[in-house]
Amino acid sequence: MREKEEVELTLIQALINIQERFGYLPEDKLKEVATRFGVGEAHVWGVATFYNIFRLKPLGKTHIKVCMGTACHLAGGKLVVEAAERELRIKVGETTEDLRFSLERVACVGCCMLAPVVVINEKVYPRMSPLKFEEILIGYREDEEKS
Amino acid sequence: MTFEEIKNQAQKYVEELNSTTNIRIGTPTCGRAAGALEVLSLFRRELEKRGINLHLIEVGCFGLCYAEPLVTIFKPGFFNVVYGNVDPESVGRLIEGYVEGDDPCLELALGTLEFNEEGAPYIPEVTRFEFEKRVLLRRCGIVDPANVWHYIGMGGYEGLNRALKMSPKEIIEEIKRSGLRGRGGAGFPTGIKWEECAKADSQVRYVICNADEGDPGAFMDRVILESDPHQVIEGMIIAGYAVGAKEGFIYIRAEYPLALRMIKHAKKEAEEIGILGENVIGSGFSFNLHVVEGAGAFVSGEETGLISAIEGRRSEPRVRPPYPAHKGLFDKPTLINNVKTLSYVPWIMENGAEKFSNIGTSKSKGTAIFTLAGKVKYPGLTEVPMGTTLKTIAYEIAGGAKEGKKIKAIQIGGPSGGCIPEDLFHTPVDYESLLSLGSMMGSGGMIFMDEDDCVVDTAKFFLDFVQKESCGKCTMCRLGTSQLLHMMEVITKGEATKEDLKLLKELAEDVRMGSLCGLGKSAPNPVLTTLRYFYEEYLSHVEEKRCPALVCKDLIAYFIIPEKCDRACEHCKLSCPVEAITGEKGQPKYIVQDKCVKCGTCMKVCPPEFRAVIKVSPIEKLKDLDLRKE
Repeated sequence: MREKEEVELTLIQALINIQERFGYLPEDKLKEVATRFGVGEAHVWGVATFYNIFRLKPLGKTHIKVCMGTACHLAGGKLVVEAAERELRIKVGETTEDLRFSLERVACVGCCMLAPVVVINEKVYPRMSPLKFEEILIGYREDEEKS
Repeated sequence: MTFEEIKNQAQKYVEELNSTTNIRIGTPTCGRAAGALEVLSLFRRELEKRGINLHLIEVGCFGLCYAEPLVTIFKPGFFNVVYGNVDPESVGRLIEGYVEGDDPCLELALGTLEFNEEGAPYIPEVTRFEFEKRVLLRRCGIVDPANVWHYIGMGGYEGLNRALKMSPKEIIEEIKRSGLRGRGGAGFPTGIKWEECAKADSQVRYVICNADEGDPGAFMDRVILESDPHQVIEGMIIAGYAVGAKEGFIYIRAEYPLALRMIKHAKKEAEEIGILGENVIGSGFSFNLHVVEGAGAFVSGEETGLISAIEGRRSEPRVRPPYPAHKGLFDKPTLINNVKTLSYVPWIMENGAEKFSNIGTSKSKGTAIFTLAGKVKYPGLTEVPMGTTLKTIAYEIAGGAKEGKKIKAIQIGGPSGGCIPEDLFHTPVDYESLLSLGSMMGSGGMIFMDEDDCVVDTAKFFLDFVQKESCGKCTMCRLGTSQLLHMMEVITKGEATKEDLKLLKELAEDVRMGSLCGLGKSAPNPVLTTLRYFYEEYLSHVEEKRCPALVCKDLIAYFIIPEKCDRACEHCKLSCPVEAITGEKGQPKYIVQDKCVKCGTCMKVCPPEFRAVIKVSPIEKLKDLDLRKE
C-alpha cells in the first residue's frame, strides 16, 4: 500500500520533469509514465490534460505569455492578446508553423502593479500596449533572422 | 545543537551584520520584473570596483510594489534609509553618497526605516504605515529569506521552541483562544480544525500547507514564501506537533518558481541545523517536510481538490463529509491550512493568544493581508488589523485613484468574491461584513476599479476564468457557468433583453445551489454582486446598447474629431495595425469603421495637444458625429 502511495505522489512531478526536459509532453513519454507508475494510459492522459501547465505540443523558439490576470485585464490585457494573435497570425495556445513563436495566455504572473504584462522567454515586459508589443516583436523577429 | 546554542549563533550573526553598513535589495518576483536584478548586479560590480567589502543581501517584498526596485542601506550610527524606484543610474550615486560618504541622498529616498516597539518596520514618511499593523509581514523585506541564521536572529523559531515545551492539547487550546480563523477564504476557526484532526482515530496523520494561490490578482502567499519562508515551515512544524502528524506537505504552484526555490532552500537549511527531520531540536518529535509542485488548476486550491492533486490525480473535489480532518490525504486524517493561517501560528505561540485576539474585531481576530492592484496610486501589499474600513485601505493605504479619476468599486477575493461599490466603503473588512455584502474575504486580493472600468465586462472576465477552471464534476458548475458566460457575452454585445437579466440572476443562484465545492458555489458572486450594486450599468448595455465605461468592444467605436485633428500629423495613420485610418496629408484623418479592430492605438498615439481621437458609445452616435462633419 505504502509503495502505491509514493507512486501516486510523484505522478504530477514526473510529468513536470518531462516537460522541463522536452518543453512539452511527448505522447510516447506519457505511455512510459503510465507503465512506470503502473497506472492506465487514460489516467496519465487525464492528468496531463487537466492541469494548465502541461502542453502536448512543442513550444515555439520564442514563447510569448500574455498575462490575463484581473489587473492586466482591466489595464487592457485583452487588447494585447488580440494584437499578438493578429501579428503572429495564430490563436492563443498555438505555435506558428515555422516553430518560431508560440502564444499562451496565463492567469496572473504576480506583478499586478506592472499591468498589463507580457512574458517572453521568461523576461517580463511591463505596461504593454498593442503598439509596444508590436515593437518588441519586431526586435525578436530581427534577432531570430540574425541567428 | 540545542535551541539555545542555535540562538546564540544566530544572534552573533545578526550583531555582526548590524555593526556594519549593509545593503538590502528587494528581489522578489515583482522586484525582478521592475529590474531589481540589474540593480543588484550593478551594485555588486560597483562595490567590487571600489574595493568595498560589505553584506549585499537579497531580501523579499516590503509591500511597496509601486516603488520597486527597493533598496535599503543600513548604516550603524546613522539612519537606515529606504530608496524607491532605484534605477541603474542612481547606483553609483548611492554608493558614493551614503556608503562611502555621509550624504543620505534624500532626493532618491522614500524615507527612513524605523522599527516600532514590537519590532515591526515602518517608514514614518509614508502615510500607509500609520494604518498598517505588520504581524506576518514584519520580517518581509528585512530578513534574508535564504539565511536561517538571520531568521532566528530576528526571533524566528522562538514560537516553535515554546510550543515544543507544551503539550499538543495546550497548543490547540492556545490557538483556539487566539480566535485565529482560516485565511484561505471561508474563515473556519483554526483551533477547532486542529482539534478535530488531533482527535481522529489513526496512527498516521498529515499536515498540508495550501500554497496554491490561484486567484488571478492575488499574490500574498507568494510574497510570504519568497520573503520569509521559514515562518511557514515553523507554522507547519507546530501544527504537526499539535495534531500528531510526522509528515507535512506544502503544495506550491509551479508558476511560482522563486517561491519554490526559496522554500526548498529553507527546508534544507532547517534540516541541516536539526529543526526539521528526526528529533526536532532535541524534543523527541520528528517532522518531515515534502515540497510538492502544483501544475496549475484553480480548483486545486479547494482542500479536497488539493488532496487529489497531491495524490497524483486530477484535482476534482470530493463530497464532504468526511472532512479531511477525518479522512484526507491517502484516506488518513489530514490538517490542511493556508500559508497565511500557518504563518500566524509561530507569532501566536511566541506572543500568546491574548496578544493576537486583542487585534481585530470581536469575531475576526488578528490582521488581514491584502494585495492592492488595479487603478490606484500605490499598488502593493498591505497588512491591517481586521475591522479596518475599505475606505482606509482604498484612500490612505492605496492612495486613491490615479490622475484625477474616481474609484468606482473594489473587487475583493477574485473570482469567488464580489464587487463592492464606493458608497459601501465604510464597511469594515472582516469575514461577516464582507459576506453580508455578497462578497467574501477569499484569498484577499483587492482590485480597484475606476470609472474607465466596466463592471459588466469584469464580471464576464471572472466567469470566463471560472468556466475554464471548472473541473467538470458538477453539472451546474460545468454547464451553468458556461451558459452564464454566454449570457454575459450577449449582454456585452448589446443583444440581450431585460428578461435576460432576470434569467441571469436565476441561473446564477442555481449554480450556487447546485455545486459541490467552493469554486462553483462562489463562481456566481461577481455576477450577483454587480447585478445588485450596478444594475443601472447592465440596463445601459441592454436597453441603450451603451457601455458607460466605454470598454465593451461591440458597443463602442473610435472616432477622430475633424476640427481637432492636426492634419499634418500622421501618427494614428502610421501606427494603425490594420490600416483602418485614411486621409491624405493635410487632410483630417478618418477611421474606416469596418476595418477598425478597436485596439485603441490611435487614441494612445494622438499627441496630447490634439486629443482628437475619442471613443463613443452607443455606436449609433457615430451617425450624428459623421453628419455633423458633412
